[in-house]
Amino acid sequence: MASQEILREEPSRGSFINDPKVRGIFFQAVVVIVLVALVWWFVQNTIDNLTRLRIASGFGFLKSRAGFDISDSAIAYSSDSTYGRAIVVGFINTLIVAGAGIITATLIGFILGVGRLSHNWLIRKICMVYVEVFRNIPPLLVIFFWYSGVLSVLPPPRESINLPFSSFLNQRGFYFPRAVWGEGSWLILVALLLGIAMAWFVARKARQRQMATGQQFPVFWTSAALIIGLPLLAYALSGFPLSFDYPKQSTFNLTGGFQVKPEFLSLYLALSFYTAAFIAEIVRAGIMGVSKGQTEAAGALGLRPGSILRLVVIPQAMRIVIPPLTSQYLNLTKNSSLAIAIGYPDLTATTGTVLNQTGQAIECVLIMMVVYLALSLLTSVVMNVVNARMALVER
Amino acid sequence: MQEHDLSFVRVEMALAQSAPSSERGLGAWIRKNLIASTGDTILTIIGIVLVAMILPQLIGWAFINAQWIGTDRTFCATVAQGGIQPDGWSGACWAFVNAKFGQFMFGRYPIDERWRPILVAILFVALLVPLLIPKVPRKGLNAILFFGALPIFAFFLLVGGVFGLPHVETSLWGGLLVTLTLSFVGIAVSLPLGIVLALGRRSKMPIVKMLCVIFIETVRGIPLITVLFMASVMLPLFLPAGVSFDKFLRALIGVSLFAAAYMSEVVRGGLQAIPKGQYEGADSLGLGYWQKMGLIVLPQALKLVIPGIVNTFIGMFKDTSLVSIISMFDLLGVVKQNFSDPNWATPQTARSGLVFAAFVFWLFCFGMSRYSMFTERRLDTGHKR
Repeated sequence: MASQEILREEPSRGSFINDPKVRGIFFQAVVVIVLVALVWWFVQNTIDNLTRLRIASGFGFLKSRAGFDISDSAIAYSSDSTYGRAIVVGFINTLIVAGAGIITATLIGFILGVGRLSHNWLIRKICMVYVEVFRNIPPLLVIFFWYSGVLSVLPPPRESINLPFSSFLNQRGFYFPRAVWGEGSWLILVALLLGIAMAWFVARKARQRQMATGQQFPVFWTSAALIIGLPLLAYALSGFPLSFDYPKQSTFNLTGGFQVKPEFLSLYLALSFYTAAFIAEIVRAGIMGVSKGQTEAAGALGLRPGSILRLVVIPQAMRIVIPPLTSQYLNLTKNSSLAIAIGYPDLTATTGTVLNQTGQAIECVLIMMVVYLALSLLTSVVMNVVNARMALVER
Repeated sequence: MQEHDLSFVRVEMALAQSAPSSERGLGAWIRKNLIASTGDTILTIIGIVLVAMILPQLIGWAFINAQWIGTDRTFCATVAQGGIQPDGWSGACWAFVNAKFGQFMFGRYPIDERWRPILVAILFVALLVPLLIPKVPRKGLNAILFFGALPIFAFFLLVGGVFGLPHVETSLWGGLLVTLTLSFVGIAVSLPLGIVLALGRRSKMPIVKMLCVIFIETVRGIPLITVLFMASVMLPLFLPAGVSFDKFLRALIGVSLFAAAYMSEVVRGGLQAIPKGQYEGADSLGLGYWQKMGLIVLPQALKLVIPGIVNTFIGMFKDTSLVSIISMFDLLGVVKQNFSDPNWATPQTARSGLVFAAFVFWLFCFGMSRYSMFTERRLDTGHKR
């Protein structure tokens, strides 16, 4: 009795040094003190250095005149524009090349990924060679290859290579006819949007009806007719307002048309080809992750091969595919910063130029970091929404 | 009753018959793998056309039409470009690679001192190969030599300035030497640092956890170029006036920190995959935190994520090529620098140099990925689902 009392009153306790809680607080205090000291030291040094170099800190420099030209700009920009605008131009260029790259890489990647699982030996091997080659080469090297190895040794403008649809390829890039939208072409856009909205509505109604009655409705053909037919109708109604501005040979150069600069072209091609190899592996893993029993069970239910793929395999494969696909999209966006190596004016390149001209290292690096972080977060959020819709709903 | 032995029991095995002729031989293989259906046949034809379009051109360019020997650009240029090749000629200029091979390997490292990197390379291979072959004994000693003694020895040998060796500035280093040094140090630093960061992220101490999360997510969210920029532009600002870092060292720090953030996420994946019972079992045995992690959790967790770790290594090896943007000359940087050599500038030069560099990078990365597959199979203890 007595011994039990003692045990209850004085639980055996080790030294106070061995208490994990006390230790935790102690370690964290040490970490915080070291960190604060380090940061304080850095800040002091930075302030000293900045006053020595006579660089004013703050973001005021964004409003002064840039004084440098940007070769590729989606919005109005001249050397009289501000530094801020130059950075915006770079940001838009990053978005353009990343967006275009993501679309192409996804397309090529899916084709390759499915191809690697093909029953056809030849297709399987071609896709495998592609993936193994591109996965193991630095993206920067692929960019240089397109830029210095392929595009810059093309013939000069006078001997341009003729391609179908009156487009041309030469040292200065790729030229193709530019669509000129005449008066009333807004009607076509409205019709297109209307068509998409109606197609979505039809698909919804058709699904509801199938759930309720089991009757099917030819959704695909109706949607196709709506999305293609309505704009065509609007095109005819508004009096055929579309014309093309064709690139033409002049003495030294091509005039007219739309020019895609070799810098953009090589960056875009390299990013697409490089990332496609990774996407192919992800798609392959996704399809292989769907167990064979699922396909066989769907077959036993009497579904046709096309329906099996669309209704059973792809929805399950997408669940496996989407998270790694997101990180590939993020990688592609981050790799687009390699543009600086060939002089495509993306965010890193323009901000780098601003940094060199103004010496505002901290502010410029901060802008770069914040923008890329924001882009990463945005992509993650969008893909998480997609993922949440695809994810398996369990019990 | 009369016994009739009507049942027939076969005493000897029936002779094995070969498979029907429709199921064996080249014909069956072709039927099965190339022309199983109409769609398949169309795909095969497309594939053959693709191969027929690309392969002969590639082989012709790389081998048949290639110029293997030569002393200057005239050997790789057509007559119209001022060279000796017939007009319309298109072939690899391996003569360029041949002439610049020393530079591609060592950069501007003084020619008289090149035996030093060669010696380091020989030691590196001599220590690495037994480390990679599982059957060779004395792994512990080997690892200590490889990760402990070799770096110190290599540092003094490559940098010089002691024992009568002339000092070689890191700005003279280049080529594959820089690529390999950066990757080796990056790998050696990023793995332990990544493990520490991963443990920190799963720690119960809120401040440590928060700091690790901020570091990892920030670094993972920005491109390596930005990190390198930061290392080359901002680091000098952070230090007192007059204190300057070697450029090479700055790139090393940048690459290592960058790789550590990715590595920590890979390791965290492994830590999460270890069942809670393992942690609790270790606790109940009375092990301390570091004993628990070092003896029970990490060995299991790291084994699980070998493919991820090697993928990070491969990614980092490829990423070292980015230092050419902050004007350091790794393999890619040196190759690119040599395009503009007027002695060699022809339309084929850039292509040939880049294909050579691509081949070197490919060889290393492919080797690493194959070795990781081998290790994965070897360490597989059957716990995989």
